[in-house]
Amino acid sequence: MEYFLQQLINGLTLGSIYGLIAIGYTMVYGIIGMINFAHGDIFMVGSFIALATFLALVAIGISALPLILFITLLVAMLFTSAWGWTVERLAYRPLRGSFRLAPLITAIGMSIVLQNFVQITQGARVKPLPPQIQGGVTLIEGVTENGTIAVQLSYMQMIIIATTLALMIGFSLLISKTSLGRSQRACEQDQKMAALLGVNVDRTISLTFVMGAALAAVAGFMFLLLYGVIDFYIGFLAGVKAFTAAVLGGIGSLPGAMLGGLLIGLIEVFWSGYFSVEYKDVAAFSILVIVLIFMPSGLLGKPEVEKV
Amino acid sequence: METAMKTTSSHNWDHNVVLSVEHLTMRFGGLVAVNDLSFNVGRGDITALIGPNGAGKTTVFNCVTGFYKPTEGRIVMRHGAGFQAEKIEALTRTGRQYDDDGDDRVFLLERMPDFEISKRAKVARTFQNIRLFGGMTALENLLVAQHNPLMIASSMTIGGIFNLPGYRKARAEAIDFAAYWLEKTGLIDRADDPAADLPYGAQRRLEIARAMCIRPHLLCLDEPAAGLNPRESTELNELLQYIRQDHDTSILLIEHDMGVVMQISDHVVVLDYGQKIADGSAESVRNDPKVISAYLGVDEDEVEAVEETIDQAIREAEEHEPDSDKGGKS
Repeated sequence: MEYFLQQLINGLTLGSIYGLIAIGYTMVYGIIGMINFAHGDIFMVGSFIALATFLALVAIGISALPLILFITLLVAMLFTSAWGWTVERLAYRPLRGSFRLAPLITAIGMSIVLQNFVQITQGARVKPLPPQIQGGVTLIEGVTENGTIAVQLSYMQMIIIATTLALMIGFSLLISKTSLGRSQRACEQDQKMAALLGVNVDRTISLTFVMGAALAAVAGFMFLLLYGVIDFYIGFLAGVKAFTAAVLGGIGSLPGAMLGGLLIGLIEVFWSGYFSVEYKDVAAFSILVIVLIFMPSGLLGKPEVEKV
Repeated sequence: METAMKTTSSHNWDHNVVLSVEHLTMRFGGLVAVNDLSFNVGRGDITALIGPNGAGKTTVFNCVTGFYKPTEGRIVMRHGAGFQAEKIEALTRTGRQYDDDGDDRVFLLERMPDFEISKRAKVARTFQNIRLFGGMTALENLLVAQHNPLMIASSMTIGGIFNLPGYRKARAEAIDFAAYWLEKTGLIDRADDPAADLPYGAQRRLEIARAMCIRPHLLCLDEPAAGLNPRESTELNELLQYIRQDHDTSILLIEHDMGVVMQISDHVVVLDYGQKIADGSAESVRNDPKVISAYLGVDEDEVEAVEETIDQAIREAEEHEPDSDKGGKS
């Protein structure tokens, strides 16, 4: 039981990170019907920016950890958003109105460009960051035949889950309540009509990329804090997992992305915990296949996606 | 002759012009959809653009609302009174899109991107095939049309997330304005229903309400009466009359239903094969042989003979059913 609870906490933490990345996939798909394969690499760029900012802040002598974390988070979100915006502006916007595969191929190209750019400028070796946030609280202490087992909730995990929760709430409010969110939903349904009502469609799409990138930066920073090492290639697997999460939850659906992220995280962690670590990715993708066979539009997706 | 008419004419479209289409040409590859078309829309008028299928009416709409970039020609939108010829010539030379100083704003629509035409030039449009945001509620559809003022009030969204007072006030105003138009179109009870769930006639009215929410100076309606039953059609006429009288909105419409056209239009422009073949009051156009020939698909000199036959047919019909001429449907 204790073991199960511990895995649940671990799974939720990992799932939160996947969920944050998955939102970027799902929002972009919702609004322009394109899979932005470079999104995983935006996440990677986000974690590098966070690392650089973190080290820079330490170097100039700021010692209060919460302050450093907060500034790093903001800087990472800001700069990663700029990356997201630039990618859209340079690589995707010129191809809007082109055939459907064109932006998809460009996205794959963009993904390779980002990876190689970081590899060349930052080096191919892993970048470590010593653990910053240590300790936690022990929730339950149980006794088994092998000795005692404690269910730990580390401060790190608390921060990740709380941040994700706050961002999710903020984001849902943005989409449902603000005029920007409303025009995003309008663009999703009929871009031409939205334009005729005075909505700047290009800007709305740009802002969608910016939001996705900002969330990916948060995920990147938390990944860095949680695992302590990053390299230029982390975007690939995380990106594929998050994309899977978005599809599992129903691509185009915001709560779906979050749910999908959590599920993928949980499946991975539980499979590793109870069966074998080697097959955790196989397990995650198998579940995806099974769900899609019975629910082709994902768990929370709408049955048919209308595209104009 | 043209200048002489301008000074003596009592027609709005000769001296108080909200929109002028000048030498508009639209080619798609080798196909000429609209050829050197010029006409004016008078302020406060209901202007009908009519013509047989494929005459280029919708193409004109698409050029006016920025869907297409015209191959040649100029489309001028005026918010102030008068022709403002100098201002427009100056704009045309400089390559700027619009001049929105003071009240005499002028806009060269053929240069503006689609969302600016609605946002700045205040031209609204509805479609022949309804294009509502089906997944959103009726109210939300009207709020999308008020996106720009709301965006400014929420200081680019931040105020919206935290629900700051400035945004709350702007939002309340936007909802009031939307409610006003929902009331006018008889949809206030359905405000929170998804637009796709409304019946057909209600969807048409909602589209007009939504267009009115951008507070347009010119409202372009593409076949607003298509598919409406006679009662709904009458209600539509009343709505359009109300819009024209109580708001500073002129109306340009495409319509096939000649009953509607002749009943409500002040000014009728007739197109055939992308060219203007008649332009004037409903009365004068109705009796123009060119128009009749275009509609009947016969040569001009045969018109009289055909008309004779039709008149006879109508007389015979009236003998059987004495009240059938009212609608004037073809």
